[in-house]
Amino acid sequence: MVNFVDLTVFLAIGILLPAAMMGAGALLRPQRPGKVKLEPYECGEIPVGDARIRYHIRYYIFALVFVVFDVETVFLYPWAVIWKSLGLFGFVEMMIFLGILVIGLIYAWKKRVLEWI
Amino acid sequence: MDWWPLLWSIIKALLIVVFVLANAFLIWVERKIAGRFQRRLGPMRVGRPHGWAQTFADLIKLLSKEDVVPGTAEKWLFLLAPIVAFLPALLVYMVIPFGPTWVVNDLNIGVIFISAVTSFSVLSFFMSGWGSNNKYSVMGAFRAAAQLMSYEVPLVLSMIAVVMLAGSLSLNDIVKAQSIPFVVLQPLGFLTFFIAAVAELNRTPFDLAEAESELVAGYNTEYSGMRWAFFFLSEYANTVSASAIMATLFFGGWRGFLLPLPPVVWFLIKTYIFVFIIMWVRWTLPRVRIDQLLNLGWKLLLPVALLNIAWTGLLGLVFKI
Repeated sequence: MVNFVDLTVFLAIGILLPAAMMGAGALLRPQRPGKVKLEPYECGEIPVGDARIRYHIRYYIFALVFVVFDVETVFLYPWAVIWKSLGLFGFVEMMIFLGILVIGLIYAWKKRVLEWI
Repeated sequence: MDWWPLLWSIIKALLIVVFVLANAFLIWVERKIAGRFQRRLGPMRVGRPHGWAQTFADLIKLLSKEDVVPGTAEKWLFLLAPIVAFLPALLVYMVIPFGPTWVVNDLNIGVIFISAVTSFSVLSFFMSGWGSNNKYSVMGAFRAAAQLMSYEVPLVLSMIAVVMLAGSLSLNDIVKAQSIPFVVLQPLGFLTFFIAAVAELNRTPFDLAEAESELVAGYNTEYSGMRWAFFFLSEYANTVSASAIMATLFFGGWRGFLLPLPPVVWFLIKTYIFVFIIMWVRWTLPRVRIDQLLNLGWKLLLPVALLNIAWTGLLGLVFKI
């Protein structure tokens, strides 16, 4: 249970400390909002339109490749702890698994998914 | 109920907070180092000698600055982002061993905890960028997301190679297993980890998400006062914790050699050498382009990290390390 006591205390302090320091700032700082001051900063130009645009498809493809390899690392963690007791068989088994993923990476590479155009 | 564990963990957490806040001095140190690299003196005016009180002056200035929230911003995302940035920066210190017994909580899943907690930072970048409703910020947030995703994979893979050698996920066990520092056994793994860690820290040459000269500070363009200060503080806290993790995973952490210094001193020496190297890199190399950044991550670091795992396996099977 001690694990969770430490974690809870860290979470609480990590939230309370910034909140308290921002609160302390509120007592000291001036607060004079104005119409022009509250506009988003664009180097002095008057902002046109909304900034929340649709993102480009490239980001989505990178995210997909990322998910594949990130899930792979989840499988690797438990294996990395005990692979020595599994011996040669366990090692070759994992290399075959990694090899399949590397083939996927090469495929993505050849399909020019990893190019930033 | 026994209150002692709670009190004890509060004391430990406050000590870590003091350590993190003391690292704000690195802001002054970095400005001095930057000055020296560019044949300047750096800050000299506030405090004698050599402007040591610059950080305090900065803090007072930031405390008394107006807190501007843009009228079109997504209020809650905008207000919470600095806290989300600071939280993982603090949580990482929970598992880092400063000495054989000087660790807040030596979790038996320490390495997984680190990779889980540090991947939170992309959330704060995106919250601040999207919440600001500023075009520069949104662009910075997209870049940050693409970059942190790309470098997460080689980072985690090089940590897995270390876990393979040590046979444990607890950081203290990893230090104990290093009678030979792991950097000797897997130099490629260390290089991968170093490059990926600098990229995860969002520091030059990988600071595309901030990119002062093109995106006007990117995701934190709209932030001012204490909120901005917490982004800055968590950047420095992350730099120190990344250096500490490098020292722990690859250079034997608190293990000393030759000189009989206390373990904590060894740990801090190794950590701050890495902090200096990261600053050195920052003031030496120019920023990379985004296509170069993603090419480096996917086409070089990822294959090298996979190769490193195979290499570690051969080491283990042939030499029985």
